[in-house]
Amino acid sequence: MTCRILTRSFCLLLTCLWGSSIAQAQSIQSTIERVQQRTVKVFGAGGIRRLHAYSTGFVVSRQGHVATIWSHVLDTEELTVVLSDGRRVRAKVLGAEPQLDLAVLELQDKDLDLPAWDLEAEVADAGPGTRVLGFSNMFRVATGDEMVSVLHGVVAAKAPLVTRRGAFESSYEGTAFIVDAVTNNPGAGGGVLTTRAGRLLGMIGKELRNAESNTWVNYAVPISELKQPIRQIIAGKYRARQRDPDETNVVARFRPLEFGIVLVPDVLFRTPTFIDRVQPGSAAARAGLQPDDLILFINGDLVQSCRVFKQSLGRIDSGGVLKLTVRRGDKLLPVELPVPDKPDKPDKPEKSEQPEKPATAGDTK
Amino acid sequence: MRRFERDWLLCSRAWLVVLVVAVALAVLPRPSFAVDPAVLAAEAKRIEVASRLAKSVVAIFSRGGRGGGSGVLISPDGYALTNFHVTRGAGTFMKCGLSDGKLYDAVIVGIDPTGDVALIKLLGRNDFPRATLGDSDTLKVGDWTFAMGNPFLLATDFQPTVTYGIVSGLHRYQYPAGTILEYTDCIQIDTSINPGNSGGPLFSAGGQLMGINGRGSFDKRGRVNSGAGYAISINQIKLFMDHLRSGRVVDHATLGATVTTREDGAVVVDGILDESEAYRRGLREGDEIISFAGRSVRSVNQFKNILGIYPKGSKLRLVFRRGQVRKEMLLRLRALHRASELSGSPKPMPKPKGKPKPKPGGKPKPGGKKRPAARKRPPVAKPPEKYKHLYVKKQGFANYYFNQQEQKRVLSGLSRLGDFSGARGAWVLAGKTAAGDAYQLTVADVGVGLSWKQKAYYQELDKAAEPLDEPKGSGGLLYAMHMWRSFLAKREKGFGEFFYLGSEPLDGVGARVDVMISELGNVRCRWYFDRKQGRLLGFDSQREEETDECEIRFSGDIDSGGRHWPRTIRVSSGGQPLASFGVETVTLKTGAAQ
Repeated sequence: MTCRILTRSFCLLLTCLWGSSIAQAQSIQSTIERVQQRTVKVFGAGGIRRLHAYSTGFVVSRQGHVATIWSHVLDTEELTVVLSDGRRVRAKVLGAEPQLDLAVLELQDKDLDLPAWDLEAEVADAGPGTRVLGFSNMFRVATGDEMVSVLHGVVAAKAPLVTRRGAFESSYEGTAFIVDAVTNNPGAGGGVLTTRAGRLLGMIGKELRNAESNTWVNYAVPISELKQPIRQIIAGKYRARQRDPDETNVVARFRPLEFGIVLVPDVLFRTPTFIDRVQPGSAAARAGLQPDDLILFINGDLVQSCRVFKQSLGRIDSGGVLKLTVRRGDKLLPVELPVPDKPDKPDKPEKSEQPEKPATAGDTK
Repeated sequence: MRRFERDWLLCSRAWLVVLVVAVALAVLPRPSFAVDPAVLAAEAKRIEVASRLAKSVVAIFSRGGRGGGSGVLISPDGYALTNFHVTRGAGTFMKCGLSDGKLYDAVIVGIDPTGDVALIKLLGRNDFPRATLGDSDTLKVGDWTFAMGNPFLLATDFQPTVTYGIVSGLHRYQYPAGTILEYTDCIQIDTSINPGNSGGPLFSAGGQLMGINGRGSFDKRGRVNSGAGYAISINQIKLFMDHLRSGRVVDHATLGATVTTREDGAVVVDGILDESEAYRRGLREGDEIISFAGRSVRSVNQFKNILGIYPKGSKLRLVFRRGQVRKEMLLRLRALHRASELSGSPKPMPKPKGKPKPKPGGKPKPGGKKRPAARKRPPVAKPPEKYKHLYVKKQGFANYYFNQQEQKRVLSGLSRLGDFSGARGAWVLAGKTAAGDAYQLTVADVGVGLSWKQKAYYQELDKAAEPLDEPKGSGGLLYAMHMWRSFLAKREKGFGEFFYLGSEPLDGVGARVDVMISELGNVRCRWYFDRKQGRLLGFDSQREEETDECEIRFSGDIDSGGRHWPRTIRVSSGGQPLASFGVETVTLKTGAAQ
C-alpha cells in the first residue's frame, strides 16, 4: 500500500519535472530566437593575412543603430550589415570609442524598424557561476538569413582585464566578464553575452591570446560600460576619452608637432596620414605643406597610417634631412624638411596633439 | 602557569562558541542548501542516458594499430556508422573496441567520400547494442546534445568520452576544403569535438542518434575544440543508408546548373549544362528557383544544403519562376563527380600539397583524424582468416561482397514470377491500350516489333544495331522491352554490369523501393523492386547518357503458362505519358521469331 502511494507520488513528481523541463526548453528556444533577431553580421575590410573580414553587431535602436567591436573590419567604405532575416544593408561608422573597443554603426536604410535592445530594461549584471549564452557570427558559419551561432557557458569571473604589452595585448582594460565557453573566435567580436533568460550582459570582445603561454581568454565587455557611450554616439554628443598615455609610450625622438605638422585624429586601425593643420612659421609651413596633403612616403618608406608615420618619425636620426612625399590632389610632391639636432634621450610620453574633438566616422578616402 | 590557564580558558571559550554554533545549526531551521529536485532529476536522467548510449559507441583502430576514430552501432548484426576519413587509412579490415572492453573485427561496407560517411560491419555477434536513429529535423537551436567517442584516442578500455553541449546552429553549409569532402545541411554544436571524435555519434538529450561528428572549426588554436563542431545529420545519412549497404563508393548529386543570389535576394540560375536533364526540361539561365525537393530556397547556401544531402540519381522536384510564370519539374540528378574522382578502395585521397591555404575570411578546415600528408601508407595487415571471405574487391566498390548479398536479397522475389530462364523464345504480348487502340508487341532475339495505331515500329538487335528512340519520344520503348526480356530470362548474364544500387522513393515521390542497375553497352536500366514482397514494379531504360529515359511501370498480374505477367504496362518519357498497354494475351514461341 505504502509502496503504491510512493510509486504514484514518484510518478507525479516525474511528470511535474518532465513538464517543467519542456517549458524550460521552449523558453530557452524563444530566448535564443529573440536574441538572434537582434544580432547582425558585419562585413568589411580584411580577408588578407588571416585577418578576417567579418564581425558581429547588435541592434541598439529601432532606426538602425548597431553596436559592434572596434576593429580593422570597419576600416572601409564598403561596410555591409546583414540583418537576421538576410537583408543586406550598407552602413557607416557613426562613432567609436577605441578604448572600449566600441563602435556604433548607422544603417543607411532608415525605414527598417528593427527589433532592438532596450539598454535600460533588458540588461543585467552577473557574477561568477551565472549560466550564459554567447551569440556571434564566429567563423562566418552563418550566411544570409541563417541565424548566428549560439554557445553556452558560465561566467567564471567578473574582473578587470589586466593586459600586458607584448604578452597579453588588449585595447580594452576595464572590467570584463570572463566565460568558460569559447566565445571569442574569429568574427565573434561584437556579439552578445546574455543570461539564459535573454538579458543583455555584455559585448563579446576580441580574440585575446597570451603570447607567452599560447592560452586564450574569452571575455565580454559589460554593457554597463558601453551603454552610456552608445547612447551619446547615437545622439551625436560623444566625446572620446583621453587617449591612454600608454598608447604612445614609446621612445619617440621626434614628433610631428616638432615639424609643425598636425595630423588628422587617429581613430582608425589604419588612419590615412592626412595633414589636418600646419603650424604657421614651422618647418612644415616653410616647406609648403598644406592641410589635406596625404603623406605617402617618409625617407623612401611607405607610410600606411598615422601610427606608422609617428613611429617612423620617432626613429629618424637627428640632424640631416627628412624627406617626405605627399599627394596633393592628383600630384605627388617631394618635400624636404631640416631635422633639428637632438640629444639621444627618451622623450616624455607624447600627449595627444589633438584638442578633444567628437569622435567621427573617420573618413577613409 | 597563568599563561597556560589563560590559554586553556581561551581555548575552552573557543570550543564553547563552536559547540553553540553547532547546536544552533542542528536545532535552528536549516537554510535551504538542498539541491533543486529538478536538477537532481535532470542529472540522473543524463547519467542514465549516457551510460545506456555508451554501449553503442565504437572505438575504431586501423589494423596496423596506428590512428583511429569513433563510430556508432546502428543494427544488432553489427552495422556501424563512422566518417569516411576515419576508414580511409584503416584498410578493409579494422579493429573496433566497445565499452564491454572487448575488441571486435570489422570490415568496410560502403563509403561516401563526399559526405564523409562510411558504413562498416562489426563481426562476431548478432546482438550488438545499437543506437536508435532519430529525426534530425526535429532538433532546435539550444537543444542539449551528447557527443561520444574517443578523442585523442584516450580510452584504452574503450569507454567512450562523453561531452555535453548545445546545438549552435542548424542547416549549416561547410565548404569543401582541399578535398571533395563537403558538409551540407549539417548540425553545428558547441559540444566539445576533438580529433578522435570523428565518426562518433551525436545524440539528442533523449538519446536518439542525430548525427555523426566529423568536423570542427579549428582556425588558429591548433587542432582542438574551439566552440564550433559539425555533425553530418542522420537524415542525410538515412537517404544514403541503403546505398552504403550496397558496398559501393557512393556519389552525391548535381543539378547541372549553378545558382547565384540576385540583388533583390532571389536565387537565380547563372549557368546550366546543355546536356543536363534540367536543361532538357526547360530550365534556363535567369530562372528564379523557388523550391527544391520540397524546401523553399532563399539563399545559395540553402540550395547547396538541399542538393548536398541527396545521392546521385535522385529524382527531385524543382519549382522555378520565369517572369510571372511558375513552373514545376521532376528531375533525375546527375553525378557530382567523375568515377575517377572518387577513389574505389579505402586508400588515402590525393591531398593538397603542403598546408591548405587559409581561405579569405579564415574558413574552417576539416577536422577529425587527418594525418600529415607526408605519412606513409600503413602496412597492409593481413585480414583475419576467419573473415577474409567477407571482402571482395571490385572497381567502384568499397566491398563488392555486400553488393552480392543485397543482389541475392532483392532478386529472391523474382522467382515468384515463375521460371523465365526457359522463356528464351519470342514473346508476343497483345491487347489494347487504355485509349482503346489494339497493339501487338513481339520481343525476340533478332529484334523487337510493335504494331500499334496502324503503324509498325521495329528495333533491330544484331550486334551493330543502335538502340533507337522507337516509337519517337518514348525514350526507346522497343529497346527497353528487349532489356526486360533479358533481365527476366538471363538476369546478370544478360548484361555487362549488374549491381544493387540502394533504395529511393519510386519516381521521387512514391514509396521507397530497392533499385538494381543493369548496363549493356551504353544502355543503363534502373530496376525497381517493392521492398516487402520483392515485386518488380518497373524500370527506367536510358539509351545513352544525357537522353530521356523510357519509364516503364508494371501493375496487376496475369498468369500465363505458369508465369506471372503484368496486366498493365504504363510507358512514359521525359515527364510525358506515352500509353498504357493492357496485356490480354501472352504467347511464348520457341525458336527464332519473325
